[in-house]
Amino acid sequence: MKSRTMRLMSLLAVLALLLAACGDGGAEEPATTAAGGGELEGDIVIDGSSTVTPLITVAAEDFQIENPGVRVTVATSGTGGGFEKFCVGETDVSMASRPISEEETGICETNAIEPVEFIVANDALSVIVNPGNDWTTCLTVEQLNTMWGPEAEGTINIWNQIDPAFPDQAMNLFGAGSDSGTFDYFTDEINGEEGVIRTDYNPSEDDNVTIIGVEGDVGAVGFLGLSYVLENEGRIIALEVDGGNGCVAPSAETVIDGSYVPLGRPLFVYFKAESLQRPEVAAFARYYADNQESITQTALFIPLSDEQAAQQQAELDEITGD
Amino acid sequence: MVIRTDTALAPVSLRATGATRRRLYVQALFKGLFGLAAFLTVGVTILIVLSLLIPALRFFSEVSLGEFFGSTRWTPLFEPPSFGVWPIVVGTAWTTGIALLVAIPFGLGVAVYLSEYADRRVRAILKPFLEILAGVPTVVLGFFGLFLVNPEIVQRFWPIGTVSTFSGLAAGLVVGVMIIPTVASLAEDAMTAVPRGLREGGFALGGTRREVATSVVFPAALSGIVAAIVLAGSRAIGETTIVLLVAGSRPTLGWNPGDQMQSMASFIGFAGIGDQPTGSTGYLTIFAVGLLLFIITFLLNIVSIRIVRRFREVYE
Repeated sequence: MKSRTMRLMSLLAVLALLLAACGDGGAEEPATTAAGGGELEGDIVIDGSSTVTPLITVAAEDFQIENPGVRVTVATSGTGGGFEKFCVGETDVSMASRPISEEETGICETNAIEPVEFIVANDALSVIVNPGNDWTTCLTVEQLNTMWGPEAEGTINIWNQIDPAFPDQAMNLFGAGSDSGTFDYFTDEINGEEGVIRTDYNPSEDDNVTIIGVEGDVGAVGFLGLSYVLENEGRIIALEVDGGNGCVAPSAETVIDGSYVPLGRPLFVYFKAESLQRPEVAAFARYYADNQESITQTALFIPLSDEQAAQQQAELDEITGD
Repeated sequence: MVIRTDTALAPVSLRATGATRRRLYVQALFKGLFGLAAFLTVGVTILIVLSLLIPALRFFSEVSLGEFFGSTRWTPLFEPPSFGVWPIVVGTAWTTGIALLVAIPFGLGVAVYLSEYADRRVRAILKPFLEILAGVPTVVLGFFGLFLVNPEIVQRFWPIGTVSTFSGLAAGLVVGVMIIPTVASLAEDAMTAVPRGLREGGFALGGTRREVATSVVFPAALSGIVAAIVLAGSRAIGETTIVLLVAGSRPTLGWNPGDQMQSMASFIGFAGIGDQPTGSTGYLTIFAVGLLLFIITFLLNIVSIRIVRRFREVYE
């Protein structure tokens, strides 16, 4: 009798201990064991644009193979979402598909966080259609505006409303959701003001949803980053865009030479200046700069131009004092 | 010689020995622990309600109830935002309605079969399968709906109107599949609980199995069956992942079940994935919708309790 109660009591005690252990587990990492021979250790926390994510994921994977002691986590909550976390100090690196805004810089400043900007690749926003679409290969910016402007909401639903030569085919729209930098960029360039767009399309922060939507519907149109187009070749096709100088297809060459307007753009990451003082973060930045060409190509982005690359190396030298 | 009777009597009847006292302490300790567990659930429920209510009230200080229930445009995350909640309420009604249309006949069919027809061997095979179906994670069901049910079944064979790549119809069907085990196992429990004597009475009167099942067992178990359906309906209303994956994220207000849709729960999921700045109206919207969802399921539960009471037949 006595021993049974004792057993029960000790079981409860163990349970309580377990609970207590779960309570603060994870919060503290075991103290870093003495680093042997300059081996890098630590965590690099990255968050931000879904457009930049594939690129940084490739870089992070390769970097971690060479530096197994460093753990790099890459999360995706959109350019704006990324900056929100970055500017309160939750992350070391923020990925962005547009430059940091003045408002965001202000928030960073109030929290004493200094962002250091790097251009990491070039990207093109692509307008995609279903492979079964045999009536159009090129749209002008005006046509895109007719299609996506706020006035189109509820009224422009058929292809021949864009151009009488197009068929009487229902037009379903897919695109980035309002948290993504792709959304800001597209609305700014096509509708003239950031955030202004018809709302009766299928928004998603996950570009794969846009791919699935357009792939499954002959009349569908969507917009997303060029890398997703290259990754999903055959499932969807990218349209040429006429920004005033004739139809230009999105590609590495047309983005770098500046002819793919207005939907070609640079992509950014922002390092927290303070984090760059940590050896593992500085090493990651250096790793990226040294390998940007192969990383961008693996991730199906457009590499930096020679000019951009040289500038990046120079800035990095200045910061890390090499 | 004095015989001391007091020593023999006093300790036993009035004062606890060490061992007995320990037992009493343990008793009290366990009573306390179990009581704590019980009241913790009450506390958690109250906390949930409060955590919904406070931000929801802040939401309604920024957006009027008139706009929330009076407008039919739901674009809370766009500029300029519009907060007419009807499109996602109707989206919820569509997916839940379709789910129940699937789950009620199939679930009750399974229940009748298991309790009235199946012999032990068949039950031994069927029950585990039902449990496996109940255990499939909803995210798996969601992908099943997105990549199989919608393109291969719904888009091919649905006869009326067009079906988009994301459709409320397919979402409803898959949610229906998800809640079949709930309907089936609860309804089966209710039917097996019908006293044997009633069935035997039915057979004695010359009833066939089918007649006994539909005219004796089914009515006798009706309150339990209704409860099963309402519980399954509540799960369907609150289902987030499947609807989010299969129905898309465009709120529509219309008569075509093949359209993209957003339900209240899938809106909460969608808005939660994107990063709404804490305290912004977009962020508060999540709680307002959550509160509405809570109220709707709460009202349904009250109605169901009424119905269950009304149809309850008590057998001694």
